[in-house]
Amino acid sequence: MILNIVGNILVTVGTVFLFLGALGIFRMPDVYSRLQAGTKATTLGALSTVIGVGFLQPEWIWKTLLIAIFIAISNPISSHALARGSYKTGLKPYMKKEGLDSYAEVEKEEVK
Amino acid sequence: MNWLTIVVVILSIVLIIAAVFAVYQKDLLLAVIGTSAVSVVLSVLFYILQAPDVALTEAAIGVALTTIIFVITIKKTKRFEE
Amino acid sequence: MIYIYVILIVLAIIFAALRGLLGPTASDRVVALDNLTTISTAGLVLLGFVFQRFIYIDVSLIYGVLSFVGVLTIARYLEGGL
Repeated sequence: MILNIVGNILVTVGTVFLFLGALGIFRMPDVYSRLQAGTKATTLGALSTVIGVGFLQPEWIWKTLLIAIFIAISNPISSHALARGSYKTGLKPYMKKEGLDSYAEVEKEEVK
Repeated sequence: MNWLTIVVVILSIVLIIAAVFAVYQKDLLLAVIGTSAVSVVLSVLFYILQAPDVALTEAAIGVALTTIIFVITIKKTKRFEE
Repeated sequence: MIYIYVILIVLAIIFAALRGLLGPTASDRVVALDNLTTISTAGLVLLGFVFQRFIYIDVSLIYGVLSFVGVLTIARYLEGGL
């Protein structure tokens, strides 16, 4: 009974975060904001949904924990590589004031 | 009407739009992205139609292997089609 | 209760596919594809709970292992490496 309530709460939170992440990727102005909204919210949503299904069906908890571990490892790797690749192609972030690009200064020092 | 039927119809519309996008695109990298999206949605459709082995093969080959081979080919040749 | 979850996941798939359709650059579309695979992973686990089959979870396991490889390859191509 208590497992059922906890599982339903976790799956509700997870699906709401998945929907909000997709809405954020639709509404945000540039690539980096879309990565920020899309990846972090979607990772939390997927983790919460998978573990919630494991609580709803207690014989499945080990395999769902394995899926959650794989998601938690592989999703930040792809988002980091994607942000680095889209910076290297020359896309500028959306900003109201110029001169806030800290990564360019770090990269200049690394070249030197 | 069963609710799974509505999900299958909506996913089929997404699938057709992604396939048409992949066919009529001049930038070949965007065509590869469209092909990968087709594979993802098609795998979910196979899963709903009670064929998990076909869905597993489609996920492994379509998402990972086809994308890698096509991107390496684009790197070796050229990206834009005349 | 299960209807609300399925409706939210289908709406999420529609919004991600819409950004993939009309995103201006290639990076936007790759971000949309990455989100599409993650949403599909969670949705397949939820559909496996709906169908009450333990063996269906394996498809989602393959997705969790292999889905980031294609996105990683496209990101390396955009960076200029590979």
